[in-house]
Amino acid sequence: MFQTVLISLNEGFLKTLEIFGLTLLGAFPLGLIIAFGSTSQFRPLKYLVKFIVWVVRGTPLMLQLLIIYYGPGLLLGSNWWGNGSSGRFTAALAAFIINYACYFSEIYRGGIEGVPKGQSEAGQVLGMTSSQIFFRITLLQVIKRIVPPMGNEIITLVKDTSLARVIAVYEIIWSGQMFIKSSGVIWPLFFTGVYYLIFSGVLTLLLGRLEKKLEFFRV
Amino acid sequence: MSVLEVKNISKRFGETEVLKDVGFSLEKGEVIAIIGSSGSGKTTLLRCLNFLETPDGGQIYVNGEILFDASNHKLLTEKDIRKIRLHFGLVFQSFNLFPQYTALSNVKLAGELLAKERSDYKENHKTILKEIDENASGLMLQVGLTDKMHLYPHQLSGGQQQRVAIARALALSPDVLCFDEPTSALDPELTGEVLKVIRALTEKNTTMVIVTHEMQFARDVADKVVFMDDGFVVEAGTPEEVFGHPKQERTIRFLERYSNL
Repeated sequence: MFQTVLISLNEGFLKTLEIFGLTLLGAFPLGLIIAFGSTSQFRPLKYLVKFIVWVVRGTPLMLQLLIIYYGPGLLLGSNWWGNGSSGRFTAALAAFIINYACYFSEIYRGGIEGVPKGQSEAGQVLGMTSSQIFFRITLLQVIKRIVPPMGNEIITLVKDTSLARVIAVYEIIWSGQMFIKSSGVIWPLFFTGVYYLIFSGVLTLLLGRLEKKLEFFRV
Repeated sequence: MSVLEVKNISKRFGETEVLKDVGFSLEKGEVIAIIGSSGSGKTTLLRCLNFLETPDGGQIYVNGEILFDASNHKLLTEKDIRKIRLHFGLVFQSFNLFPQYTALSNVKLAGELLAKERSDYKENHKTILKEIDENASGLMLQVGLTDKMHLYPHQLSGGQQQRVAIARALALSPDVLCFDEPTSALDPELTGEVLKVIRALTEKNTTMVIVTHEMQFARDVADKVVFMDDGFVVEAGTPEEVFGHPKQERTIRFLERYSNL
């Protein structure tokens, strides 16, 4: 029995990890693009982006998952996301990436705006180009500023991945819950909690190490 | 021939005219002190010289060559502006050292980046980088921070940070070194060490434009003093003329306020 549960939970956890990893992979760059949009000098773009960020941050991720999965099919009448579990998985990823990119964009924006203007001015008077100023001066200061808030979001994402089950993506909690129905036992569900604890524990350690690495300077 | 000649510079922010027809000239090795109350346009003038602001009117000449003319500045590319900037160095009120680099690396960084643009960089990069390193170490010695050069900015006092900033500005050997109230952000007991470094530069014939509130210092080191008020140059002359025998009503009132402090 234990063996069966473990195999099943591992399978579910793999899906959880996939959602987690791919969401970060998509949301890190997309968030930066959104951040540039919301700080744009071009007003219409700025307000459009700010509006989108407001909607995404102001509504539940659960709702966004449902709308993104069912919406295209019902509104456009086409099978937008493809069939079966791979279609549901793609839809879930899209929802997660959009949602997290919006949160990340605000963190990036805060990080970029937090670097004093004098830093880039000092670079300018020393004859540096704008890209030299960004990569050699600003970037590391931004990273140092955003690691703690980013860390919070990343840990939250670990747990948010479980929401994917509302559109039947079989992640770890789904796997655990199956055993209530099939065998009438609840301990596998408790066991899923251990997976989350270990995973977020490892992430906390890694993030702490990164913060420590950046402690050699102060901003 | 003047190292620096500033003619009829004007600058407005929106409706406010911050600089009105400001001009002065500077010979090699001369020091000019710009005094005046806050909001008089002193800092904006320095920022114009370093192209952190673009003047709306006027011309800037360096070594007799026209560097900037407001009537056709739109033609300047970022590359041109970078080149022009290298004629000037700027020491900020708030130091603005790069926190993630050691003191020495702060001094070296810009030189190393510029060296990469040299056509002979590939073949000679070892010699070039060695030169930059030696030059930077020499500057750290000059500002008296050889023993601190491997520390990060947050490990230094304000006075030490400002001395590093001076070394950093000197590293690219600008024709004119500008100071924007270099001691205003410092505790009183730390201003001395910074003023001492600036004073030592006058003996090395460094051409400098110093915006300062340290009247005694300005009187001691400057060859010329400019008093600015409300965006105008109200009075200009030798320290003896401006401090000793001010002619304008506004200058007299300003200096009185200072001596009463």
